[in-house]
Amino acid sequence: MNRWLFFAPLAIFVVLLAVWAWGLNDKRDPNALPSQLIDKAMPVFALPDLAGSGSPSLATSDLDDGQVKLLNFFASWCVPCRIEHPHLTTLAKEAKLPVHGIAWKDKPEDALAWLQALGNPYTRIGVDEFNKVGLDFGTTGVPETFIVDQQGRVRYRHQGPLDPLIINETIIPLVLALRAEEKS
Amino acid sequence: MLTELGHYALILATCIAAAQVIFGFWGAQRRHLAVMQAADQATLVTFALVVLAFAALMQAYIVSDFSLRTVWQNSHQDKPLIYRIAGTWGNHEGSLLLWTLILTLFSACLVLAGRGLPTTLKARVLGVQGVIALGFLSFMVLTSNPFLRQATLPIDGEGLNPLLQDIGLALHPPMLYLGYVGFSMAFSFAVAALIEGRVDPAWGRWVRPWTLTAWVFLTAGITLGSWWAYYELGWGGWWFWDPVENVSFMPWLSGTALLHCAIVVEKRDAMKVWTILFAVLTFSLSLVGTFIVRSGLLTSVHAFAVDPERGRYILMLLALSIGGSLGLFAIRAPIFKPGGIFAPISREGALLINNILLAIAAAIVFYGTLWPLVVEAMSGQKITVAGPFYDRTFVPIMVPVVILMGIGPFLTWKRADAGAVAQRLGLVLGITTLVVIAVLFLRRGGAWLPYVGIGLAVWLITAAAVEWLDRVGVWKGRFAGLGRRILRTPNAAHGMSLAHAGLGIAIIGMVGSTSWSLETITAMAPGDTADLGQHCVRFNGVNQAQGPNYSAQVGDLTVLRNCQNDWLALAPEKRAYPVRAMGTTEAAIISRWNGDYYVALGDEQDGKRVVRAYFRAYVPWIWLGGIVMVIGGLFSLSDRRLRLGIPRRVQAPAKGATGSPALATAKVDGGAA
Repeated sequence: MNRWLFFAPLAIFVVLLAVWAWGLNDKRDPNALPSQLIDKAMPVFALPDLAGSGSPSLATSDLDDGQVKLLNFFASWCVPCRIEHPHLTTLAKEAKLPVHGIAWKDKPEDALAWLQALGNPYTRIGVDEFNKVGLDFGTTGVPETFIVDQQGRVRYRHQGPLDPLIINETIIPLVLALRAEEKS
Repeated sequence: MLTELGHYALILATCIAAAQVIFGFWGAQRRHLAVMQAADQATLVTFALVVLAFAALMQAYIVSDFSLRTVWQNSHQDKPLIYRIAGTWGNHEGSLLLWTLILTLFSACLVLAGRGLPTTLKARVLGVQGVIALGFLSFMVLTSNPFLRQATLPIDGEGLNPLLQDIGLALHPPMLYLGYVGFSMAFSFAVAALIEGRVDPAWGRWVRPWTLTAWVFLTAGITLGSWWAYYELGWGGWWFWDPVENVSFMPWLSGTALLHCAIVVEKRDAMKVWTILFAVLTFSLSLVGTFIVRSGLLTSVHAFAVDPERGRYILMLLALSIGGSLGLFAIRAPIFKPGGIFAPISREGALLINNILLAIAAAIVFYGTLWPLVVEAMSGQKITVAGPFYDRTFVPIMVPVVILMGIGPFLTWKRADAGAVAQRLGLVLGITTLVVIAVLFLRRGGAWLPYVGIGLAVWLITAAAVEWLDRVGVWKGRFAGLGRRILRTPNAAHGMSLAHAGLGIAIIGMVGSTSWSLETITAMAPGDTADLGQHCVRFNGVNQAQGPNYSAQVGDLTVLRNCQNDWLALAPEKRAYPVRAMGTTEAAIISRWNGDYYVALGDEQDGKRVVRAYFRAYVPWIWLGGIVMVIGGLFSLSDRRLRLGIPRRVQAPAKGATGSPALATAKVDGGAA
C-alpha cells in the first residue's frame, strides 16, 4: 500500500488545526470583559447621606464637577473592605483625590460605627441600603471601585479590595492621564 | 482549609503525572522493572490526589463556599443538595476536574487489573495515559483552576442554569465523560502498540473490554442526553443534530467501528491498521468534543476568543495529542502486515465493509458539525447545517449498515457457507415482510418511506433473534437441554444479539416518531378542547405552585379517549427561577406502548393560554432501544474471556475437562461481537 496514504489523517488534522488557530487569532480580544458602564453615561441616582458621618449626600449631579474622582462601594460587614480601608485613606490624602463612598446593603448605624472606628476617608457618602443603585452599577459584591472622570463617566472598574500594587500601577497612572487629558 | 488541600493536591497531581510519564516511557525503553513499577505507583498516587482535589471541590459546592470563584458563579444556597453536588461538574472548571478524575480512575484500574499484561506494554500505556492527564491537569492549574479564591465575598451565588437543574442532566455529563475518557484506554494502547511496533490477538483482547466499557457509558450518556432534551426543552424533539450532540455522536460511531475492528484483530489477527486508526480517531474525537463544547468554539467563535489564553492552550493540547499520535501512526503503522486473507463472504469481510460505512457516517457528521465553523472563520458568514442535510447524507449511509448488521452475525470467520446463510436470511426476510404488511394494514397506509425504515428495524431485530435461536440450537431438534445450551453460549454472543436488536428497537422509535407523530398548537381558554388525532385534549386551567427555588404555573389538562371519556390527566409546568431570571418548561408526558402524550404550557395570549399538545409516536422505543444496547454491552463485557484476560492455555488441561472455562472459550470460534 502507498505509504503516503498513512499521512492522510495527519494532513486533514493539520488543516483543521490551522482553521482553528486562524479563527482564534483573527477574532482575538485580549481584554477581559469590562464593566458595561465604561465610557457610558452614569446611572442616575440620588442617595441619602449617612447621618452623623459629616459627609454630604451623593447624587449623579455631584459627579460631573470637573474633577477626577473615585467611587467606592463598601459595607461594614465586608472583611476585604476593612483590608482596603487604610490604602483608600492614604490614596485620598496623598493623591488629593476625592473619594466618594456608597454604603452598600448595610444598615446606616452599622456603617457609621464602622467609619467612626476606622476613620472616614470619603468626601461624600450615599447610603444604598437596599441595593437600588448597586443594581444599576452591576455591583455583585463589595468592595468595588470605579474611576469617574471630570464629566461623570465611568472610566475604570476594579472588583475586590484596592492594594498598593493596583493603586500605584493602575489607579494613579489612570487618574494622572485623565487629568492630563483634560488640560490638553 | 480543605480547599487549599484540594488545590495543593491538584498541583501535586500535575507533578506526579509528569513522573508517571517519565517512569513509564523510560522504564519501558530500558526494560527496567523497578522504574516501570514506579510508573504503577505514580499512577495510583495521581489518582488518589485527583480524588482528593475533586472531593475538596465537591465539599466547597455542598457547603456553598462562595469565596471560590467557580462556586460563586455556578451555585446558590437555595439549590437542593443534589444539584449543589451536581454543580461540581456543571461548569467549565469542575467538568475538567471530573474528566481528569475519570481518566486517572481508568489508569488506576489498568494498574490494578493489568497484571497479566506484558510489562513494557503496560508501562507505555500508563505513560500515554500520564501524558493525557498531564495535559488536562496543567490546563486546569494554568488557565482553569477550580480552586481560585476571590477577594470579595458575595452574599449568595449566581446560581446554576435552571435548565441544568434536572436529574437527567446531573447524570448526563458523568456518563458521557466515562465514555469519552474510556476511549483514552484504547488510544493509549494504540499509541503504545505503535511505539512497540507490535499488535497481536492478545493486544486486541486487552483493548476490547476498555473500549466496550467506554461504549456502554457513551451509549447510556447519549440516550440520557437525548431523553433530557426530549422532556425538558418542551417541544418533544429527541435529536437536533446540534453541534453539542454531534460531538458525542462522532466518537460513538467511530467507537462502534473500533469495537468491531478489535474483534477481528483478536480472532483473525487482521485489520490492525484500521483498529489502531479507529482507536486514535475515537479518542481524538472525544477530545475535540470535550474541548469544543467547553470552549464554545462551535456555537460561536467569539465565545472561544473571550479567553485567548485558554483557547491557545486547548489548541496546543489538541495539536500535541492528536497531531502527535497521527504523526506516529503515519510513520509506524505501515509496519503492521495483515495476518489473514480476506474472503469477501466472511464475517471479517462484512465487518470491514460496515466499518468503512461507519467511518463515512462519522465523517459526514464531522463535516456537518465543523463546516459552518470553517465558513465562518473564512468569510464571517454564519451558516447552519441542520436536519435536512443529515436526512440526505447520514440516513442513506445507515441503510446498508443496518442491512449488513442483520447479515454479518450469520457469517462465519474465514469463509462462510453462502448457501446456509442465504437460507437463514430468506427466513428473516419472510418474517420481516409479514410484519411490515401487518403494520401497513394496521396503520392503513400512508407514505411508503416510514415502512422502509420499519422494515429495516424489523429485519435487524428478526435477524438478531434468528441468529440467537440458531446459536443456542433451537433448530437442531430437542428442546431438552436448551437451558444448558443457553448458559453455555458465551455472554459476548448474547450481548451482540441484544445490542443489535436494541438498535432495531431504537430505529422503530426514531422512524415512528419522525413520521407518525401528531401535534396541535393552539391558544385555549379553560374548558376548550383540541383534536389530537382520534383523541382530544381539554384545557381545564392553570394553578400557581411554589417550588424550593422557583415558582411555577401548573396547567391542568385532560386527554379524552376518542374525544368522549376522560382518560389521561396531564400537568405541565412553566417554572420561573428568580436567581437567574430564567424560566424552564416542564412538559407533562404520559407514555403508552405506541407513543407519548406530551403537553407543554406556553405563554398567555389575550386571556387564553397557548398549549402545545403532541402525540410522539413510538418515542419510548428509542429509550428502550438505548437501554437494550447498554444491557447488551454489559453482557458482552461480562464475557468470561474478557474477565480472564489472555486465556492461560498452560493451565487448561488438554483433554477430558469439558467444563473448563479456558477450553470453552477456545471452542467458541464463531465468537461474538
